[in-house]
Amino acid sequence: MDFLVTHAPILIVALPLVAAFVIPLIGIGRAGDRGRNIFSLVILGLIVFLVAILAENVHAVGIRVYTFGATAPELALPHGYMVPVRIIFEVDSMSIFMGIIVTTVALAALIYSLHFMKGQTGQARFYSLMFLLYAAMMGLAFTGDMFNLFVFLEIASIAGAGLAAYRTNMADAVEGGFKYIVISAISALLVLFAIGILYAQYNVLNIAALAYYMQYTPLDMLALGLLAGAFVIKLAGAPLHMWAPDTYTVAPAGSTPMILAASYMSMYALYRVTFTMYGGQIDTTAIGWIVIIVGVLSMFIGVMMAVHQTDIKRMMAYHAISQGGYMLLGVGVGLAVLADPVALANYGRDAMNGGIFHIINHVFYKSLLFMTAEAIFFRIGTRDTNKMGGLARNMKWTTAFYVIGALAISGIPPFNGFASKLLIYETVLKFSPVLSVIAMFVSLVTLASFAKVFYAAFTGPELPAFREVREVPKSMIIGMSILAACIIFLGLFPGLVVDNIVAPATDALINHTAYVNAVMGAVP
Amino acid sequence: MSVVGYGYAVWAPLIWIVTLVVIGVMVLIWRSRGQKSYKKGTAQTDIFLSGARVPPEEQRHVKSENIYWGFFESLKELYGAMMKPHTGIVNDYLLWLVAILAITILILVLAG
Repeated sequence: MDFLVTHAPILIVALPLVAAFVIPLIGIGRAGDRGRNIFSLVILGLIVFLVAILAENVHAVGIRVYTFGATAPELALPHGYMVPVRIIFEVDSMSIFMGIIVTTVALAALIYSLHFMKGQTGQARFYSLMFLLYAAMMGLAFTGDMFNLFVFLEIASIAGAGLAAYRTNMADAVEGGFKYIVISAISALLVLFAIGILYAQYNVLNIAALAYYMQYTPLDMLALGLLAGAFVIKLAGAPLHMWAPDTYTVAPAGSTPMILAASYMSMYALYRVTFTMYGGQIDTTAIGWIVIIVGVLSMFIGVMMAVHQTDIKRMMAYHAISQGGYMLLGVGVGLAVLADPVALANYGRDAMNGGIFHIINHVFYKSLLFMTAEAIFFRIGTRDTNKMGGLARNMKWTTAFYVIGALAISGIPPFNGFASKLLIYETVLKFSPVLSVIAMFVSLVTLASFAKVFYAAFTGPELPAFREVREVPKSMIIGMSILAACIIFLGLFPGLVVDNIVAPATDALINHTAYVNAVMGAVP
Repeated sequence: MSVVGYGYAVWAPLIWIVTLVVIGVMVLIWRSRGQKSYKKGTAQTDIFLSGARVPPEEQRHVKSENIYWGFFESLKELYGAMMKPHTGIVNDYLLWLVAILAITILILVLAG
């Protein structure tokens, strides 16, 4: 067991990476589709176990450092060296928090896809890309150096674009995939340019080492600007959000939650860079306000565009942008008061708790909602809500899951969205009442838009075209059930989650010296 | 009992669940004491429109685009302004990126 715990960081990335290349070989052999599905489930089951034991270890013991090629994995600095020279994974509470989110969503998405993708051609490629995207996201979460961050970002972008454009028979799917790869390629180049600037100044790529040597020169400001711009467009923060509805709408159901999670990995990267790498050097008030403004714009533009949509998935994509604004608002408020210990203790830390708690809540209920939208598409072949009606009669499970997701995203108790939104409202109110009122207004319009779709799609008379429509297959229901169960659990026991998972993640961001010392601690 | 104490509000989801269950049971009891002569599938459940012809199902359902018409009509100008940047052209999205990058870097340099 110690072996597994020690090597869990690399195994969690290596296993899905290897699986991604092995899956096509299994699929063409005698095992066929069934063998490939079983193999995928076994691999993901192993990974879930590894993530669980790593999470338990990180919360019990502290930051786990894994150095590639060292005599012992914890040996970050080679003998006689003052800087880390090897590839290092550094897993703190924030990294494992993102890992838990991504792994849960991957499990639900994989089970959902087992039947959703049945009968489609190129399934081997689909599952390969899913595992590649998963490996890239976990690598992004665990990486301790900037260049590997860039590498994993690129892998995630390529895999995500492939998944978005999977349904090549649909022109808008190919267009969505194309837009995703263009945006991702440009933002990755910006990240690489910023890494070049940092490396040119400090001769190191390790995040902890960069934080240790950071001087915050004008070149560093330029690098921060480039990194912030790149990550904001990748996480679909307004006004750089316009690509997101085009991409999320067209991706197949199992992959949309994964591509969504990849956007929040960019949010994690933004926080890692701002809080950890530049921690203690930047003007947190100014940068906090930039994050807050992006958050408020995302919330407002996202929800106002969403309520206008008649394509159910496109509406949900705009809501994803809007909900991302809540996360940015919460963490932005925390960042803005980071230099004020009284405000930080009073409401700043709780604002960050709310923003970070909202990440896990949102990924779960948004993934569930995307799955319900694709369940409808699976059965009736359209996403146009003008053509829907009376679906609740024959698709009871899908309706129930839609209602759970809709109430959760609208912040209605006792679902998880309420808990994180309440934290955000109450703390942001102390910072700026206007921002809190905007956040509440956005929640109201969110509820209105989901009520509109519920009325249009699920209620009303039974339409003749949908008389023969049945509920979706069991594996799709199980996939949605996993997320619904998580939503209900997080809603009923928010204190448990905030105290044990979210607050340590917040502490990991605020207390950046622990991250630095875990690698650089031996330097005199 | 799980309680999230924020210092400003106390939230007990299990109390909410218990309350909803109690209300649900009360509703079921009241409903069970209702009209016994109600029969589904008879003339009792037919739609009545003051004697007018009942249109077929497809024409009875209010379409999604017609819901909240008043809201969209009154915010026509806001929506006109908001729709303009959403061109669907990736070149325009990248122009936005360039503009936002320039503004961000300027703010960072000025703020120091």
